[in-house]
Amino acid sequence: MSERIKSWPGTPLTDKDLAANKVLLTEWQPNLKYAWDAGIGYGRYFAELRKGRIVGTRCHKCRRVLLPARVFCEWCFRTVDEWVYLKDTGVINTFSVAYTGSMAERLKDPKIPALVEVDGSGGVAIMHLISEVDPWKVRIGMKVKAVWKPAQKREGAITDIKYWKPI
Amino acid sequence: MRKVAVVGAGMTKFMRRAQETGKELAWQAAKMALDSCELTVKDVDCVVMGTAPDAFDMVHMKAEYLSDGAGAWRKPYVRGFLGGGTGVFTANQAWYHVASGMFDVCLAVAEEKMSSCLPHPQGAFVTCWDQFTESPLGTSLLWFFAWEMNRYMTVHGITERDIAAVSVKNKKNALDHPCAQLAANITVDDVMKSEIMAWPVKRLDVSPTSDGAAALVFVSEDVAKRITDKPVWVEGVGWCLDTMYIGQRDLYYPKYVEYAARMAYDMAGIKEPRKEIHIAEPYDPFDYKELHHMEGLLLCGKGEAPRMLADGVTQRTGDLPVCPSGGLLGVGNAIAASGVMKVAEIFWQLRGEAGKRQVPGKPRKGVAQAWGDEMQVGTVIVLGV
Repeated sequence: MSERIKSWPGTPLTDKDLAANKVLLTEWQPNLKYAWDAGIGYGRYFAELRKGRIVGTRCHKCRRVLLPARVFCEWCFRTVDEWVYLKDTGVINTFSVAYTGSMAERLKDPKIPALVEVDGSGGVAIMHLISEVDPWKVRIGMKVKAVWKPAQKREGAITDIKYWKPI
Repeated sequence: MRKVAVVGAGMTKFMRRAQETGKELAWQAAKMALDSCELTVKDVDCVVMGTAPDAFDMVHMKAEYLSDGAGAWRKPYVRGFLGGGTGVFTANQAWYHVASGMFDVCLAVAEEKMSSCLPHPQGAFVTCWDQFTESPLGTSLLWFFAWEMNRYMTVHGITERDIAAVSVKNKKNALDHPCAQLAANITVDDVMKSEIMAWPVKRLDVSPTSDGAAALVFVSEDVAKRITDKPVWVEGVGWCLDTMYIGQRDLYYPKYVEYAARMAYDMAGIKEPRKEIHIAEPYDPFDYKELHHMEGLLLCGKGEAPRMLADGVTQRTGDLPVCPSGGLLGVGNAIAASGVMKVAEIFWQLRGEAGKRQVPGKPRKGVAQAWGDEMQVGTVIVLGV
């Protein structure tokens, strides 16, 4: 009964109230570590990235490529049938010029995070970064190619591809 | 299934930082909702709680922590969780508790306290992404919206200015909302000149982070007829989840919202949503999302929402008022509580009790919708009188 209520509860605080110790707070900073298993599908996906190759899987029932590679097709709910090697070129599906990082901190030099449709996958995109280009000249539909870390520095991670650059 | 009515609603102010704890906020909203329909906690058969990631508060088992504030002491109690989609899903859950015949009175409470997380609650999202393929890239929550907004603009040829007008409208609407956190008179130029967060998303394209709570009371038909002469009926509910693999869906259109909407419209017997829906509260944590969701809710064709906005159709005095509350952009984005706030707005509007926000023409049917999770869930509810 919105119109009949004259007083709405809630006591807003400002940064000044906190700085002046007007309210009681208690703080805690967790210090935990987690070790996640890559599993079967991602395990091979990252092992192949270390070799400088992008691999997906294919389901013969729906005939689509699954990327990143995984071992079951969630559409058909069955085991995938084969591993397929894809090109390390692609097309920018969408992108941003980002001045914020994961903690909402401001970045002086923007990153260009993008979704890249990997060639050979039938238009399936992966999340990655674009570089070696003026951020304001990036466009949806641009052709890009992966820039790999040197072989001896790869560790079996998505960051084995440093970024993608327009070609 | 039994008919279910909404008979009461309550909410706290939405605030950047509230002195109250989460359970105090939940209590204030729940008590107000019960008082508004002259019920007491003794009349409540069960309670559903909506609250988003535990990581905001770092209070694990948050629903249990909040349970006393939500009126759940020694009652059947459940928490639904769909990220940003939680708020409207909380209403959907309350509906099926009563519709099933199990309970006659269900109290639905949603609470969010984001300010506990420092330096910024956005950091709480870092473990939402895939640990292997996404997080190592330094992924920020804002990137997801930037990608979606860019794709939406590019596919349809929509400009940033077209979209900024949503922010202008909603912050203005919120001037009439007594709980609003960021109500303001701004211009499209103000939005365009605001700080670039992750282009095309600028600061004034984004809703704030908020503390707040909201609550609703759902009852069976016989209880409704006994306690009110103005029941608002739940006519349809729907929800749908899309794939977590972001590169596997085309971000220009929220297909999962369409599926959720079709589920709700089918239940409500709505064939032509554009004609039959009189008022809408789509989820608007970002200005482009209101347009995106109007399309997903089938209130216009794909890419047509900016035109409706430009023509004034979605203003409070237009043919299809959209976010007359002021939405998340104006009232605030207390995640789960914002979804319930939207359902409460439809409730107040359909009863003609929205005060200064009341839309003209006695609306009889309204839709509220929320969105979230990993940006791939749609939750929808249709209310009618």
